[in-house]
Amino acid sequence: MGTLSERILGGSAGEYIDRRVDRAYVHDGTGVLTLEAWKCMGAKKIQDATHLHVLFDHIVPANNSTTATLQHELREFAISSFLHFSEIGGGICHQIMSEGIVLPGEVVVGADSHSCTPGAFGAFATGVGATDMAAIWLTGQTWFRVPESIGIHLSGAFTGAAEAKDLALTYVSRLGMDGATYKALEFIGEGTSILPMDDRLTLCNLAVETGAKAAMFYADDITVQYLKIAGHAIKPQDPEPCRYIQELDLDLSDIVPVIAVPPRVDTIKPVHDLVGLPLDQVFVGTCTNGRYADLARFARIVKGRKVAVRTIVVPASRTVLQEAIRTGILADIVEAGCTLGTPGCGPCLGAHMGVLGEGEVCLSTANRNFKNRMGVGGEIFLSSVATAAASALEGEITEPEVA
Amino acid sequence: MQGKGRAVCVGADIDTDLVIAGRYLRTKDHSIWVAHVFEDLDPSLAGRLNGVVIMAGKNFGCGSSREQAAIALHEAGVVAVVAPSFARIFFRNAINVGLPLIECDLTCREGTGISFDLAEGWIEAGGKKYVIRPLSPRMQEILATGGLVNYWRAHG
Ligand code: SF4
Repeated sequence: MGTLSERILGGSAGEYIDRRVDRAYVHDGTGVLTLEAWKCMGAKKIQDATHLHVLFDHIVPANNSTTATLQHELREFAISSFLHFSEIGGGICHQIMSEGIVLPGEVVVGADSHSCTPGAFGAFATGVGATDMAAIWLTGQTWFRVPESIGIHLSGAFTGAAEAKDLALTYVSRLGMDGATYKALEFIGEGTSILPMDDRLTLCNLAVETGAKAAMFYADDITVQYLKIAGHAIKPQDPEPCRYIQELDLDLSDIVPVIAVPPRVDTIKPVHDLVGLPLDQVFVGTCTNGRYADLARFARIVKGRKVAVRTIVVPASRTVLQEAIRTGILADIVEAGCTLGTPGCGPCLGAHMGVLGEGEVCLSTANRNFKNRMGVGGEIFLSSVATAAASALEGEITEPEVA
Repeated sequence: MQGKGRAVCVGADIDTDLVIAGRYLRTKDHSIWVAHVFEDLDPSLAGRLNGVVIMAGKNFGCGSSREQAAIALHEAGVVAVVAPSFARIFFRNAINVGLPLIECDLTCREGTGISFDLAEGWIEAGGKKYVIRPLSPRMQEILATGGLVNYWRAHG
């Protein structure tokens, strides 16, 4: 009996445990510091690399020679140490881990705050900093405080133009930016049974914006089917009676399209209230909303029309890009006047491309709208893909049409 | 572990992008992070953090996992950060780089003398002593050895 976190970690809420990590990953940003800390710990050789991944996604391709040199060193190390290595263009770390790598019941640690994303598979997935990751490279394990869990009961089904991102922003605003600090979120209830993996990944992705340590769905038939296509035979996880420290009920049919206004993810307004706000840039992509289903939804709306503002579309991974080429939706996106980026984080972190100028406003499908994140003096509004598509066509915030 | 310093007040929900902006991350030169710490919050703060105890509102260090945030504060000479609550990744990062964190809800008065003893579990601000929530034994041990790198050098 216990929450999914308690069952996976093997302890009761509040207990401190040492646990072997089933899968650990870094990206080109955090990997550099991890390597440095690992060397400082006196380590010479990776003992067991079977579960270690290095994925280049943050600044890809490198934007200047400083970045290129840092990446070069990490790349050489990753290749020579037999860590699983994903080269530039492979895609965003969380996305690749969600394409058939992370499995239900695993303990997954990523050196990135959005490592809560693959919890959508019924794994305990959480983010750490570089030095914690270096210790995992060294010892294969780390310590955890088993978290208390918040149960988020989902019921009903989406209506109108609302989608998982609107639900995600809504629960973040309900819990607040620190409403789940040190805790795990469990999405439960009959409303979960109709949510495809893409939606579950979007919902788990935003969990860290409430301070949560992890977020998860119980593996069910949808998880089994998804992982079967990726070549894994897994069993569903049965929920057991357990104690939640807090519960939140959300009826999907109550969810309306919303936007998180800068500089806080937990401050949302109905799209309706912001209609007409002029935009300088629209960005569709990231570990939140850069999957194939997202690009397909975007393409369906812009197909045969032209965007009225500069619009950057970045597939979350090469697999997503390939699928978009194969089905032809990529052509629709390009014909509509959008610009493409290398699969990866793209403009999300404001470090190398798609950076905003002073006073510019971007509507983004990402997960963070912090001050100056995409460029000094730029403002970021966060929305669903449908809202981003409708708004790109008008050049101003526009309500999405019902599909 | 003991320490003392002058209080510098900052607000609630300070994210790690505000501690050190993404545009300064791609380097191994720690002095760049020290030079630009808190730039997007208050550019006058960098350069006057030595010997300072930062007193923040709730949820300090939320957002990105960037350890550069904790390193920047530590290497700028910040003695400790006091806040009613911290974001968990930042919490671990700070302890791992040897920066003490104190969970305590105090009103901040700019420039007040602050002293603390983590092992004994108290903080003194403006002449008044308050009990603080102790760190876990593991965290105290990591902090006492000067951070996780030193901890594993000693234990590895
Ligand atoms: S897409 Fe954005 S939020 Fe996601 S991992 Fe990359 S930088 Fe972080």
